[in-house]
Amino acid sequence: MSDVLAGGLITPDAGETPLLSLSSLSILKAAPLARLSFRAREASLGAAGTAFGLDLPVAPLSSNSAEKRAALWMGPDEWTLLAPEDELQAVFDAIESALSGHPHALVDVSDRSETVIVSGEQAVWLLNTGIFIDFSLEEFPVGTVTRTVFHKAPVMVWRLAEETFAVEAWATFMDYVSGLLVQSAKELEAA
Amino acid sequence: MLLIYCPYCQVKRAETEFHCGGEAHIARPSDPSKTTDEDWVDFLYTRSNIKGVYAERWRHIHGCGRFFNAVRDTVSDDFLKFYKAGEPMPDLNALAAEAGK
Ligand SMILES: [Zn+2]
Repeated sequence: MSDVLAGGLITPDAGETPLLSLSSLSILKAAPLARLSFRAREASLGAAGTAFGLDLPVAPLSSNSAEKRAALWMGPDEWTLLAPEDELQAVFDAIESALSGHPHALVDVSDRSETVIVSGEQAVWLLNTGIFIDFSLEEFPVGTVTRTVFHKAPVMVWRLAEETFAVEAWATFMDYVSGLLVQSAKELEAA
Repeated sequence: MLLIYCPYCQVKRAETEFHCGGEAHIARPSDPSKTTDEDWVDFLYTRSNIKGVYAERWRHIHGCGRFFNAVRDTVSDDFLKFYKAGEPMPDLNALAAEAGK
């Protein structure tokens, strides 16, 4: 797993047992982290990036990461900013004070969603059991992030490494998403 | 299933990520209190509903969340053009002729 890419933020939750652990595929719950939803216009991006400690990506579906920081493009005026759980208030305050006078919206959505880490040579196969996206490296290179639909639940998919993905869903949908992932993966055990 | 191009994400995605918002380029009356009831009804409900090449609003609701516009042939379901919200309506007749519709 590429810790550098995810800023070391997306790590398995040591307190949770693996949802699935096969040689070709694992599904692990990720440890909690600070998630901020940030919306602003172009003129505010420089100041926001300086305050956050990482430039906000402007290319569609791209992400930037550095030590303990990640910024994910969600839309032309919307980003998800990730940081360690205990830095939430500091990051929030830094951005707010840097942007006083700039129209923007910064909202703590840390507890809105949960993340599972899907990893292994069968990871793409597994995601494609519920997502209509071409996950080849040409079409969906490492670092690509997108919202989409997994079966009937909205999810966010972020490619952390060639064979490792973070799959984030709203907390109330996570049992549905992880349950279907595990159930589909059982086919591999049977094979 | 339709494949739809989002001009903001710059990718084609499955129809399930999108929501159709009906006919595009319907301008809300700039001064509603001076608009007659008949004109208001027109604005709210009357749509051209044509058989052929048609401009409509779409929202990439399970993606970037943005509204954009698309030109679609309602007979064949072929999309002829995708463009960002706020951009002018393309010449539908020219697009239709180009596509041999
Ligand atoms: Zn989009």
